[in-house]
Amino acid sequence: MTATPASSPTVRLLSPEGVFAPSESAAEFLPYLDRLTEADYRRFYRDMVVVRRFDTEAANLQRQGQLALWVPSHGQEAAQVGSAYATRPQDHVFPSYREHVVGMIRGLDPVDILRMLRGVTLGGWTPEDHGNFHLYTLVLASQTLHATGYAMGMQLDGATATGNPETDQAVIVYYGDGASSQGDANEALVFAASYQTPQVFFLQNNHWAISVPVTRQSRTPLYLRAAGFGMPGTQIDGNDVLASYAVTAKHLDDARAGHGPALIEALTYRVGAHTTADDPTKYRDPEQLAYWVARDPIVRFRSYLQGLGVEQEFLEAVDEEADDYAADVRRRALDIHSPDKTVIFDNVYAEPHPLIQEQQAWLDRYEASFEGGDA
Amino acid sequence: MSDTIVTSIPGQATPQHAAAPVVPAATPRALPGTGTVSLPMTKALNAGLRQAMRDDPKVLLMGEDIGPLGGVFRVTEGLFAEFGDKRVLDTPLAESGIIGTAIGLALRGYRPVCEIQFDGFVFPGFDQITSQLARMRNRHEGEVIMPVVIRIPYGGHIGSIEHHQESPETYFAHTPGLRVVSPSNPHDAYWMMQEAIASDDPVIFFEPKSRYWPKGEVNLADSGAALHASRVVRSGTDATVVGHGAMVSVLLQAAELAAVEGTSIEVIDLRSISPIDYGPILASVEKTGHLVVAQEAHGFVSVGSEIAATVMEKAFYLLEAPVLRVSGFDTPFPPAAVETHFLPSPDRVLEAVDRALSY
Repeated sequence: MTATPASSPTVRLLSPEGVFAPSESAAEFLPYLDRLTEADYRRFYRDMVVVRRFDTEAANLQRQGQLALWVPSHGQEAAQVGSAYATRPQDHVFPSYREHVVGMIRGLDPVDILRMLRGVTLGGWTPEDHGNFHLYTLVLASQTLHATGYAMGMQLDGATATGNPETDQAVIVYYGDGASSQGDANEALVFAASYQTPQVFFLQNNHWAISVPVTRQSRTPLYLRAAGFGMPGTQIDGNDVLASYAVTAKHLDDARAGHGPALIEALTYRVGAHTTADDPTKYRDPEQLAYWVARDPIVRFRSYLQGLGVEQEFLEAVDEEADDYAADVRRRALDIHSPDKTVIFDNVYAEPHPLIQEQQAWLDRYEASFEGGDA
Repeated sequence: MSDTIVTSIPGQATPQHAAAPVVPAATPRALPGTGTVSLPMTKALNAGLRQAMRDDPKVLLMGEDIGPLGGVFRVTEGLFAEFGDKRVLDTPLAESGIIGTAIGLALRGYRPVCEIQFDGFVFPGFDQITSQLARMRNRHEGEVIMPVVIRIPYGGHIGSIEHHQESPETYFAHTPGLRVVSPSNPHDAYWMMQEAIASDDPVIFFEPKSRYWPKGEVNLADSGAALHASRVVRSGTDATVVGHGAMVSVLLQAAELAAVEGTSIEVIDLRSISPIDYGPILASVEKTGHLVVAQEAHGFVSVGSEIAATVMEKAFYLLEAPVLRVSGFDTPFPPAAVETHFLPSPDRVLEAVDRALSY
């Protein structure tokens, strides 16, 4: 468990009770809040509520046999919504596999995520048509290197660090406390620091890698690792959507301005299971869960909005919208069709490959032999 | 924050990539000629890389020590001077990092050519190659291409230490989504490198180290054949021997020795082991009825096994004897002092040919 008093390095803007009470460490990030309007605040809240409702619906679909697996994001909404809104349209986002609302904010239809988890595709969407939100990557931390290479390409293209934040590009890559132990995560930090890529590493420390606590991954707070690689590291209260927004906005804009990469460690909590195949009651202390549930990111931000005078009707309308959203997702998820068997062979190679062609032709002949024939 | 972190050591120069870009040489070095020239494979590969980089500004090189040094085998010599540090990237010493960032660069529209320093050092990058690079296009349902070439100097006969003499091509040939090729001579190296770079699929390009230095005729104007076309390099009538990379010269020596004793051996250079071009192999077997497949790699679950099985399936009645394999033993590559006992020699090839012919 992580306490975050005002003197701690952890950047926090909202107290767990939803009171605006910035930590001392938050000072350099406060100006970034000026970019937000009340309409943005309402969007933050709306998206957090909607994705949690979507998350529940998707888990239900899995329990009802409609999905092979579901990967809950319950508890991590503030870290994801704040950081996603800090990106600019020209940025590229490399997710792990739990960043559903980041994709939604970048323009992805979450039913496309369900297509992958229903087993009808290995990908699900075209990044360039969906806010440069790249495909989920299931082998932990592999995407950190893809993100770094992509950011190197931005540099080679001269598409960053020209001095115009409206067009200069940057990359944000999401990974977690478990993935931070992977070699690829560390090699990505080495390459990013070496080439000074325009890139933010957004590490969601949700405290659990399936059943293994973060204490097994690291003896030191993960944000401190950044210094060893030669880049700034900032720890934030990941259940504070405003801290997530402001810190990510600063580091992304620094990156796009040519100041190189940075690492953000967002302290949050995986309230649900790792996936629907997991049973956290076998390894987690209920008191720890209760501690974090009491620091729920949505409850916190709702309290803050209520303090600002946001009317009850808005909050109720959001709940209603979330229910409608989930119902729509359910309806469309049940309507996902299986692909033709040609997907087995399509797109293994870009150019003709005799072995693949031969095997596809064989399968066609073999299956045709059963149709109305005497085979 | 960042300004409190000292990354440079007093008295040492700033890392070159943080400094101003290196200005390319005023007059780019010309290709070694325009007609047919005699070059070692290292220089032929170099000429192929240079031509590909001149033809397409999206082609860039990545690897360890490939910049000012020109690579430990000097295959990239002079390219840093001609193209600068934005096209020839000396990378941190991390193979997974090299392959993983190459994937990101390919997603961005580049055509990276990665150098793995030695065969035995590819495995730290194996996951990025097999789980990511090979599947990226498939996962994206055809919306992206992955034109990444991974150059791997491979094979024995150079008397080196552990991890420096291996033949790991089977691992890659077994992986859907990859193409795997290996030239046997300087001319093929020259055009196959350009074809590999032009391919929209990832190509694992195995360079036979023991053939790096012998010179051969290279026709710089020849655009070559299709990347995956196997080729009859010596005609014969009694038996067919097939191999790739450095093994081709061993097979040619074997055929020369056999000819003295009156046995006519046809030699086929596979050039590509994924896919395998069976046309010339089957045509040859139809003529000779005897097939021996030779490779430096371990024989168990190998390219030789695959060819033996496929020829048996496709041409059972053309065969007058079982297809025989000559391979490295199924042991770790041994200390160099005994490598000649491990590696298939012309005599071991002929022993197998004799067994096939006496069947």
